[in-house]
This record gives sequence, C-alpha cells and structure tokens, in this order.
Amino acid sequence: MSMRLKTGGRLVNRASQVEFNFNGKRLFGHEGDMLASALLANDQMLVGRSFKYHRPRGIVASGAEEPNALMNMGEGAKFEPNQRATTTELFEGLSVGSQNHWPSLEYDIGAVNGLFARFLSAGFYYKMFIHPRPFWKHIYEPFIRQSAGLGKAPTEKDADTYEHLYAFYDVVVIGGGIAGLQAARTAAASGASVLVMEQTAHWGGRAVVDGGEIGGQSTEDFVNDSLEKLATMDNVTLKTRMMGAGVYDHGYVLGYERVSDHAPKTTGPRHRLWRIRAGQIITATGAIERPLSFAGNDIPGVMLASAVRDYVVNWGVAVGDRTIVVTNNDDAYRTAITLKQAGLDVPVILDARANGAGSLGDTAREMGIRVEYGKAIAKVKGGKRVTGVAICAQAGSGGVLEEIACDAVAMSGGWSPVVHLYSHCGGKLNWDDQAVMFRPDLNRRPTDQNGEGFVTPAGSANGELALSAVLADATARAKEAVKALGHKAPSTRIPEASEAGENAVEPVWLMPQGAGDKLRMKTWLDFQNDVKVSDVQLAAREGYESVEHTKRYTTLGMATDQGKLSNINGLATLADALNADIPNVGTTTFRPPYTPISMGAIAGAARDEVFQPLRQTPMQGWHDENGADYEPVGHWRRAYCYRRGSETRAQAVEREILQTRKSLGLLDASTLGKLVVKGPDAGKFLDMMYTNMMSNLAVGKCRYGLMCSENGFLMDDGVVARIDEDTWLCHTTTGGADRIHAHMEEWLQTEWWDWKVYVANMTEQFAQVAVVGPNARKVLEKLGGMDVSKEALGFMQWADGTLGGFKARVYRISFSGELSYEIAVPANEGRAFWDALLEAGAEFDVMPYGTEALHVMRAEKGFIMIGDETDGTVIPQDLNMQWAISKKKEDFLGKRAQERSHMVSPDRWKLVGLETLDGSVLPDGSYAVAPGNNANGQRNTQGRVTSTYYSPTLGRGIAMGLVHNGPDRMGEVIEFNKVDGSLVKAKIVDQVFYDAEGAKQNV
Amino acid sequence: MLLLECPYCGAKCEETELSPGGEAHIKRYGPGSSDQDFEAYLFMRENPKGVHFERWRHVYGCGKWFHAARCTQSLEVFGTYAAQTFEPPQEIKDKISAKRPGWSWRDFS
Repeated sequence: MSMRLKTGGRLVNRASQVEFNFNGKRLFGHEGDMLASALLANDQMLVGRSFKYHRPRGIVASGAEEPNALMNMGEGAKFEPNQRATTTELFEGLSVGSQNHWPSLEYDIGAVNGLFARFLSAGFYYKMFIHPRPFWKHIYEPFIRQSAGLGKAPTEKDADTYEHLYAFYDVVVIGGGIAGLQAARTAAASGASVLVMEQTAHWGGRAVVDGGEIGGQSTEDFVNDSLEKLATMDNVTLKTRMMGAGVYDHGYVLGYERVSDHAPKTTGPRHRLWRIRAGQIITATGAIERPLSFAGNDIPGVMLASAVRDYVVNWGVAVGDRTIVVTNNDDAYRTAITLKQAGLDVPVILDARANGAGSLGDTAREMGIRVEYGKAIAKVKGGKRVTGVAICAQAGSGGVLEEIACDAVAMSGGWSPVVHLYSHCGGKLNWDDQAVMFRPDLNRRPTDQNGEGFVTPAGSANGELALSAVLADATARAKEAVKALGHKAPSTRIPEASEAGENAVEPVWLMPQGAGDKLRMKTWLDFQNDVKVSDVQLAAREGYESVEHTKRYTTLGMATDQGKLSNINGLATLADALNADIPNVGTTTFRPPYTPISMGAIAGAARDEVFQPLRQTPMQGWHDENGADYEPVGHWRRAYCYRRGSETRAQAVEREILQTRKSLGLLDASTLGKLVVKGPDAGKFLDMMYTNMMSNLAVGKCRYGLMCSENGFLMDDGVVARIDEDTWLCHTTTGGADRIHAHMEEWLQTEWWDWKVYVANMTEQFAQVAVVGPNARKVLEKLGGMDVSKEALGFMQWADGTLGGFKARVYRISFSGELSYEIAVPANEGRAFWDALLEAGAEFDVMPYGTEALHVMRAEKGFIMIGDETDGTVIPQDLNMQWAISKKKEDFLGKRAQERSHMVSPDRWKLVGLETLDGSVLPDGSYAVAPGNNANGQRNTQGRVTSTYYSPTLGRGIAMGLVHNGPDRMGEVIEFNKVDGSLVKAKIVDQVFYDAEGAKQNV
Repeated sequence: MLLLECPYCGAKCEETELSPGGEAHIKRYGPGSSDQDFEAYLFMRENPKGVHFERWRHVYGCGKWFHAARCTQSLEVFGTYAAQTFEPPQEIKDKISAKRPGWSWRDFS
C-alpha cells in the first residue's frame, strides 16, 4: 500500500493538518502536499479510468506529464474538470471527484470494453461506424457522444475573476531549476532585466531531489543561495506558480500565473495571463522521464522512477512497501537508493542493459539491493493494484525466469528534454543516438525580426542531464543570450559540481525486445487514451507512415497530457515497425499551450459588458424606458420594436407599421453611417466608389447609390447628398460605416494617393430621426423654423435650417414609401429633438417604430436590403438595378468584374416579388424547387427567397427572391420547400407590393 | 505576434494593432483589360517561403497603410516603408540582397 512515512518530506509541514474530500470521502493531508501526494498518503492509488477500456488508472508521474490523475474539482460556479492531481496544491476544503467511470471508480461497467479490446484496436471507430450509413446519426453518434469526454462540463458561470498583464523584459527565463537559476544569475549580472518563472510553487526543480554537490554546497543550499542573490537585484523578477505557456513570433511569450489556485479564498484574480515581450528567451524547462513499454505497465502502482523518488523526498510518501525498479539508465538507481534509505524494500533492480550501471550500481549493491543486468519485466501482475512482476531476459521473447511479489514498480526509460517551448516558434531538433533523445539544434533556433535566434534552451532542456554539464550549459547559454542583446557577457564562473559517474543509457522501446502479440496487446503507450504498442504497429501495417497520421489514427498523444509522457516511445515504436530511423519518422508538432490553461485566463477581463462595448445612440435612454426589444446590428443594439403591455413582437410590429402608414411614425436612424468626403477630387473619387455617377449630383440634391467590391459584388448602399462644391455626405448601412470608411481609406492611400480627398466618419456626430407618414410635414411645420413644403424641399433634396429651435439638416428621402424626412441634429441635442417630435406628434398619435417595421415597410415597397437581397455573390444587375449603374463612366470599382462571362450570363437568378397563393409567409431562405435531381441526388433548384414578411398593410405574406429568368416569368406559379418537407406555391409578381406609382411619398 | 514599425508614426506595432492587407505592389487592372490580366490582378497571389512583400494598416494607431518586406520562413523583417510607391525602396532591396543573395520576387530582385 502507499502511505505517509514517519519522517521525511522536505515540502510538507507535518504539524499542520489539511482536510479534503475525494469522491465523498473525508481525507487528510499536510500543508505543502500536492493533491497527488495527499491521495497516495491515504493509500488512494486508484484515481480514474482510462478513456476507451475504462481500465483502472493510478498516479504515474509527479508533474505536468501526468496522464491519469485528472479530477473534477470544486462545485457549482467554482467547478472545473480535468484538474491534474500532480499539479494541484492541496488546500483546506478541497473537493475532487475522479472521472470517466460509472457507477463508481471501483466498479465500472465500461470496463467491459476491455474484454473486447481486441476488437477495439486502432481506427476502430473509423472502421466500425461507417456502415450502414443511417446508423451513424441515430445509433452510433448518440452512443459515442454519451461515452466520450473525461470530465464534466461546468453548469454555472465561472465565479472567479481573471486578468491579463503586459510586461517587457530583456531576458525571460522559463524554469526555476538549477539551470534556470544559474542562467538568470548569469544574465542578471550583465545588467539585463530578467524575469524568471517557475511553474510549481518551489524553486530548484529535480536537482534538490536528486542530490549531488555544487561548489561544496548541497543542491538545496545552492538553490537558496542563488535565490537570495537574485532577490536583492533590482533588475530581476522572480515568479513561482507561473508557467511558460507559449512562445510566439518576435519574442512574444505567454506566462500563465496561477495566482490563487492554492488559496481559493483569497481576493483578487484566480489566474493572470502575462503577455510578455522578451528580447531573449531561455527555456530551462528540464526533462521528463519516459515510461518503459512492458505488459501491464498501466496497472496502478507502476510509476515513473523519478516520481516515486519525488514522493518520498518531497512529501514523505511511499508509493509501496516493496518497489521493483526497472530501467535502461543509471538515474533510476537513485530511486532504489532513496527507497532503501527510507527503510523501504527494493526486491530487485532490473537493468535492461547488459553492462549495467556505473558507480550508482555499486552504491546500490553495497546497500544490499539485488541488481540484475540484461533483465526485463515480462509482465506485471495485478488488477487495480500491482501484486508482483514476472521477470525475463530483455534479449528474449518473455520466457518467465522468476516471479517476485511487490506492490509498486518504478520504471525509467530514459529522459526526454522538454523542448516544447523551444519548438513552438520553429526551433528544430536533432536525434541524439548516444543520449537517446531529441535535443535542440542550436544552429536552427527560432528566429526573430532580425533573423537571429531568440529562444535558447539551457540545461536538461538542452539535453544535458549531469549536474556539472547542466551548470556549464546554463552559464554558456545565458552569456550568449545577453551578448545577442548587446550586453557585455559577465565573467560568471561555472560552479564546480560533483556527481556520480554514469554509464550510457540504452534504447529500450519494447520489453522484452522480442515480446509477442499477447504481451504487446497489454503494453501501453498512451495511458489515458488506451493506445498500445500493438495499435501503433497495426497502424504501420495498415499503411500509416506519417507520424501525424498515425497520431490521429491511433489517438496516440492526443490525450490531455498531449504526449508529454510517452510520445517518444510511440515514435520509436512506429519507427521500428516501419523499419526506419527515429529521426526519419520525426516528431509531431509542438503547439502551445504547454499544458492546458483556463478559458478564464484567456478571456481575462473581457467578459460580460466589457467583452464588447456596445454603441448607443443619443436616444438610447428613451428606448430603454419605452419597451424597446433590441436586436444586434453591428456593434449597436437597435430596437426591433417597442412592446406595449402584453403585446407579442408581431403585434407590436403590426401596430407600428399601420400607425406609420396611417398617420405618423418616428425611427431612430442615428446608427446609419455618415461619411463626409471632401476635396477637389472628391467627385472623381466617389465616381470610382459608387456604380452611379456622383460627381454630377447638384448641390442640395440627394442620390441613392450602390457600392460594389472590385470583384463586382454589392457591398453597401445608401443615399449620398452633395453638400457644397467639394463636399459630399455618404450615408452607409448601420453595420457598414467603419468598413466603408476603411474601404475608402484603402483606395485613397494605396491606389489614388495623389488625389486630393479627405474622408471623415461623422456617424456619431449626429443624431438622425426619420419622420415618416402622411402627417410628417404637418408635425415639422408645427415645430416650425424652416420651409419643408414640397416646393421648397422636393423629394431627394436636402436643406439646412432650424426646426423647433434645433439646428437641423433635413433630407427628404424615403425608405418606407411614405412622405418622409430624415433629420440630422447635433448628437448632444438628439434626445431633446426626439422628445420635441414626440410632443408635437402627440396629436397625430405619433408612433416610434423599430427595425422590423422598417424592414417590412421597405419590403412592401420592393426596396433591397444589403445582407438580405445581397450575400456577397449578388451583383446590381441581379437586382434589376441597371438604372443605378452609370453607362457614362469609364471606370468604377466592380465595373470590369461585372463584364466577366458569368456575370453577364442570362442564367443568373434575378430579383422578383413572390406571393403565396394561400397568403402564408414563405420560410426565409427557402429554395424554389425545379424538376429532377442534381449530380449529388439533391433536388434541383431555380431560385431562393431573400426577404419574406407578413405585411400588415396588405394582410398577407409578401416576399422577394432571386429566381432563374424571374423577370420574364411574371404570373408563373413555382414551388418553394418548407422545413417540414412540404411545398408551398407562390406566384412570381413585381417586387413592389405597395404604391407602385410612388403617389404616397411624392406629395 | 509580429512586431512591425509603422513608417508614418514610428510606433513599433504589435500585430494586434495592425490589420493585414495581403500582398503588396499589386497593379490594378480595370475596364478594357484582358481576362487573364484581370484574373491575375484579383486572385493570383505569391505564397513564397522566404522573401515577401505585404500590406499592413496601422488600424489601431495612425490609420495609415504601409508595406513590409519580410521573410515568411525566418520571420525576419527587412524593413517597412510607405505604401505610396510602386516598388520597394532601394535601401530595403539592398538589405534583402545582403541577407538573401540572389533573391527575387515577381519583378523585383
């Protein structure tokens, strides 16, 4: 069993007791514990189930590479899934539950999948669920969805706060082990500003656990000494609980600081995302131990040798009473020695190498530990916990020589440098045959804006595993980094270290090397996703050669640890199966973040109101107080309608339309874009921007204009007014103001930069109100101040003046078909003007109306709407708007494109009105069906609905649509599909449904 | 997250302050041009692994369009310059030649 030892544990405070909860059980740990060490101290080795076979899963590692110990943590608004027990610091009241099991962790029904393991091999889902086709939607997919996913999704809104922080440093050191600290000391001595970040709460990394001497000091004293020196320097910032999450172009680094995960009751943000610009980045990110591939290596109790050592030294926790150590390198001997020193039993060290270890082997033997060379594990025995191992020769095929009882296995397959951050921005790796690892190629580092390397790996992250080599490498790399920044490299001395002489690691990718089918099917590579050696070999046999394809086919390395633990083992297995060299197979791509970071940290403060600021018109307050039912339009919220009492939306819209058509309506049109285009060449410029001629527009007149992209398609429309000889005011759609402003700037700056034109976006300088209806003129005359008669201000004219004392610019334009004035007043007077119109309009039962009434009234008149009749594939000719395309102009944006053969094809769908025979409203987006099927077996189509509404004015459904040869088929009845599969008949009619002769607006 | 210096206001811009505008030095073909020229103008773009010329707008700053000469592979920036030009300044071409001898891009080299 696993338990807390009587003594030891450099990080725990045994005087304190911390209560926590695991799957409803009350358990106790100490201050300084990780959740993983506290669970082990309570003999809770079983912590979860694997993804596919629901195999029992125990803790394997002691850091970020842990694949199994993932927890649902917290409750309600503090709930978060997939929290790693090995990186979660224990705190009073912590509450976690294990994942992926039903009904309980100990007795899981899904484990029956394991019995069918031979049928659930690589690519199982692809092979199984393809036939018969209809089964996917109704049987397979619901089943897979139900069983997929490890943690639960939170059901409440996150109660914590998060923030972003920007920072700038000359040198950022990622990793606070001895390499990181030594590099920081060296860099800081040059005067450069230095940030050092360490992902755990403690400095020193592995060295403080592994021992050795530096300059006559213990590694722990060296670490403390370094920290003391760094803490006194003004140019150094030290941060713990901060992970280097990603390295990006030109020295951009993301630091993920877990501010209060360990103390959730403290105030302030939970996580902080540091957005850092660094001159040079030193990745002192250490190395991660690899598992060994032998049958039963996934049984709870089989753990990385370094993790077993960490739990004893750091937290005073023994993983088992009797631990067998199995290895292909010298480092694992340290675990055996540590365990023996702690009074625990190590029945045997199985060293796969024929020549065994260096001086650590001698030490182990002197301590009375049995050491076997050239031996391997044939299989591990046990179910939910290791009970023993069967031993064989590494060179053979697994013939059992001996069985030994034990309750833990410490394995070491060698070390892989953590090259993730180095690789994020394109750093290249080389395979080192001697060290059996991928290590950074210092000649092919990621390059910055000057083409120079800006990420430098140091220490174990650079493939240097021995203490003295780590310190030498860290010092040298830091000197190079500060020199690259233009600093003088300091004369930092490399401290002398003493360490055990080690024999070389040997590659062992399968144990024993001749293991047969039966053993390989029980030999795990990816513990969380249940990928075994046999799966990777199958993928190779089925023709998968690329490591990226194999990854996706087998799901190797796709679990939440993203292959940190065993991807190299998988690559080596694939290389072996393909009879290729490991470097030729290569690695999968390392992508940020290094470990998952919280969604909250990514969002930072950008949530709720702050996520996207809303734009408000000066009349917003009135809308709020008068039942406005808003809809988003660009960054605005516009009133869709104003609801009174218990009215539905439809009832409100109907009331607004009928009253506007009968008497008087008001629309807040302030959101319409207002671009002032001014200068000697403004007319020439607008002739290029619009399809119609704008240069010949008379001062005082308005003209409706269309704007197309250079590709010929409609992008915006609106009324243009000529203000004076060299000034035009262009109205754009509500959502288009900024886009069209940018569009004009782009052409002015990059194509016609010698033209004398300025463009200013005046959208928010003016409040604009549409006064609409038969009584529109009467209400303006009542306000008084300027002549708004037909004679003085005809249709499509504008005039400046005053109305009721307000300085106003009045445009006589209409989007509703009624007598209509759009009146612009200075924005700060908008609300007062609106109120004055309401007061003066009271006798006419004035009716403020929303965007839906606006839409319906324009559709009744057959006016197009950008975004309804257009979708980026529609040209003005499709909408029968040839009248708005100048034939006199030699050039305008879109002219050449509209001459292309497809654009002049008679087969283009064209705009018509549509009337259902039964008076119903056609479904939006519905297609007009045509006889026969297309090549894909789908029904042929001959048109589609672009706008469709219930018209209160006409008392029936009206629609516009694009129909093949539509304008030539007036009166013909065609059929449109409905969502329920039935068809509805509609007659092709003129698109103007109301007052076709324009009698109502032209009064 | 590139860093590009705006040649107008001199600000060292982070990519998030900028808006990308695709390839630089595109010649416009309007009415009267051949289908082939027009197609090339609208759609045919270089996608080099190496030296490239791009348009950027300092959209959350001075609002000006400018050009950047950079290497798409190493992310090295050879220089930025005003958009009101038909070809890169000689000084920038010299800088590229020093670092990438024998380079060429469309009609430039």
